[in-house]
Amino acid sequence: MTKSKSAYSTPSKLGKLETHIIVVWVDNEASVLSRVVGLFSGRGYNIESLAVAEVDQKENLSRITIVTTGTPAVIEQIVLQLKKLVPVHKVGNFKREDKNVIFKEMALFKIVGNSAKIKKALNTCKKFNPVILDQTNKSAVIQITALRREIDKMSKNLKTHGLISVSRTGAVAMTRGAEIFN
Amino acid sequence: MPKLYTGAEIVFKCLEDQKVEHIFGYPGGAVLPIYNELKNYPSIKHILVRHEQGAGHAAEGYARSSGKPGVVLVTSGPGATNVVTALTDAYMDSVPIVCISGQVPTHLIGTDAFQECDTTGITRPCTKHNWLVKNIKELPRIMHEAFEVATTGRPGPVLVDIPKDIQFAKAKYKNPKKIKAIKNKSKNRFNQKEIDTLIELMNKASKPIFYTGGGVVNSGPKASELLRELVALTGFPITTTLQGLGSYPGEDNQFIGMLGMHGTYEANNAMHDCDLLINIGARFDDRITGKIDEFSPKSKKVHIDIDPSSINKIIKVDLPIVGDVCDVIKSTIKTLKKKNLNLEKSNKSKISKWWQQIQNWRTKESLNFINSDKIIKPQHAVQRLYELTKDQDTFITTEVGQHQMWAAQHYKFNKPNRWMTSGGLGTMGYGLPAAVGVQIAHPKKLVIDIAGEASILMTMQEISTAVQYNLPIKIFILNNQYLGMVRQWQELLHEKNYSESYTEALPDFVKLAEAYGCVGIKAHNPDELDEKIQEMISIDRPVIFDCHVDQTENCFPMIPSGKPHNKMLLGPKDQKENKITGKGKALV
Repeated sequence: MTKSKSAYSTPSKLGKLETHIIVVWVDNEASVLSRVVGLFSGRGYNIESLAVAEVDQKENLSRITIVTTGTPAVIEQIVLQLKKLVPVHKVGNFKREDKNVIFKEMALFKIVGNSAKIKKALNTCKKFNPVILDQTNKSAVIQITALRREIDKMSKNLKTHGLISVSRTGAVAMTRGAEIFN
Repeated sequence: MPKLYTGAEIVFKCLEDQKVEHIFGYPGGAVLPIYNELKNYPSIKHILVRHEQGAGHAAEGYARSSGKPGVVLVTSGPGATNVVTALTDAYMDSVPIVCISGQVPTHLIGTDAFQECDTTGITRPCTKHNWLVKNIKELPRIMHEAFEVATTGRPGPVLVDIPKDIQFAKAKYKNPKKIKAIKNKSKNRFNQKEIDTLIELMNKASKPIFYTGGGVVNSGPKASELLRELVALTGFPITTTLQGLGSYPGEDNQFIGMLGMHGTYEANNAMHDCDLLINIGARFDDRITGKIDEFSPKSKKVHIDIDPSSINKIIKVDLPIVGDVCDVIKSTIKTLKKKNLNLEKSNKSKISKWWQQIQNWRTKESLNFINSDKIIKPQHAVQRLYELTKDQDTFITTEVGQHQMWAAQHYKFNKPNRWMTSGGLGTMGYGLPAAVGVQIAHPKKLVIDIAGEASILMTMQEISTAVQYNLPIKIFILNNQYLGMVRQWQELLHEKNYSESYTEALPDFVKLAEAYGCVGIKAHNPDELDEKIQEMISIDRPVIFDCHVDQTENCFPMIPSGKPHNKMLLGPKDQKENKITGKGKALV
């Protein structure tokens, strides 16, 4: 191995990577999203998916849901760094395995083919509450909500049933039961 | 009907209410309305710099030496981009700066207008927060919020970008009392239980050490006073980071010197061998820790910091205490006294072995160098400068490089806010403009920029500012014709391949000083040094002192790359036995 001559220390062993869902409540103001996203890119954190929209018009609050991977130390830093941003109100942090939290993504599939093909396609995704949003005699747009890996699987399986276009959102999250996150 | 004010007036009304006395700036098209108002506010003095980076560093020097936020006023486009280095510097070293920048009129934003740039976009990663004012009604709130964000919690720079049409538009003014405070992100979060745990750890420790940083200085002069009390009360040794110098008296016996890459042998070895490490307002910077895996392996670690994100960022600690350093030390002292532990006496025997060990390390005299009577050694120059200035309240700024480390090692500070240096970002060219800012804040005091000949050329133009405002700053250049620190690393790591680290053409600094309208002094040999330093001090005008020093001198001791704290490289005498091996080259 050639020895590098850098001015900095060599990286030490990496910890185990975990996938977390980070939920951030922010003031809905100009450039708030770029502050959050810029923090991730500037410090070298991952973003696997991102969902953001205003959730409270009166209070002017938006809710950003970010799926990220990192070592436990990195995840801790992400949360602490986010909390330092001025427009950030609170930050939630959930492990993907957390049974108390529901995660969902939505996908739109455009299927082109005859009605038999479309029927097959619908059948393939029947586990995920498929809704037909548009249908002609040779095409259909199907909406499903599911987990990321399930949507991944559907996108693959529907290829043979005339899938020509996929559009999907980032994950959104909500805790189960009566409690809300504080 | 309340009176309506223009945006430009509102800017100044806010500055007045925030008790701003000085602003550092440079006019341009997009800030002309603000400059036009300047004359109506006699309590606010504007310092015209020669380059916006200079304004930023001057504001940093002003802020660090006075504890008040530094205010910068620049125009759009190049004015804003020029100040980015200074903002980043202030961000890394936690200096409160409020930068006001002009912007093209709102309707032209996004059209690539003349002198337009995405200022808030560019400065987002190098400020605590920034604002683009799109509505005149928001201007008073944003201005006051800017000061609040810059000065509370862990201080830092902020920027307010004001389009030209907003500067002309009119609105009501609101004073800071009427502005709702933003939710408190900075409040103390520690509790008595944590303080009790800390005291328990202190009580049990047999090899304790305080490792203190810039947070103590930022917490205000009271924090430094309390730190002295705490250190005396416990009898523990104390080391400080580069930014922490002055928070504890440099000549006190319990002070074991600066730690880190060019820290003392005793400080670094004590960090490595200690069983209790109490970090107060420092951030485990990579120049401090050396190799992370072998950093202070046997110690319980306590981290006191106002910024929760500093904790466990680099080094996992056993006891985090989130709060203002001053308040935490105050609680600790109070509890110590209440428990009547009398650590100083009861611990004395327990830690006396530890002190013996430290004394042993001290006998290495790691800051020693081989002096010469033919050529000025840079360390000797700093030592003489210290001896000849220590009787007055002196403020030192530096540039970045070898001279900076020699200044840190050989100049002793007894009070906080007397030492201004670019630590985190390492900005060459920081010292001269910073000295301008320090002198503005302390008109009667002696202000010296210990500089290198390469750094000084980066912001040389600011000497013109010093001349304009009769600021008698002293630029003490340790001139070795090399980018000394670069040369040192090339010597140690790259087989003496001095690639582009030698400056073949340098100005005659004495003539340069005269051209700028200040005084130039040159010193070549050790015999004339004292006399010339005294001459420099006695002149009540800006002086450039060109001190020609040994070109090949290296800065020791140092933690060689890839080595932990207890494997320091000492000066020339020690070097044969401690060569940097291949693996270490990676880490300097």
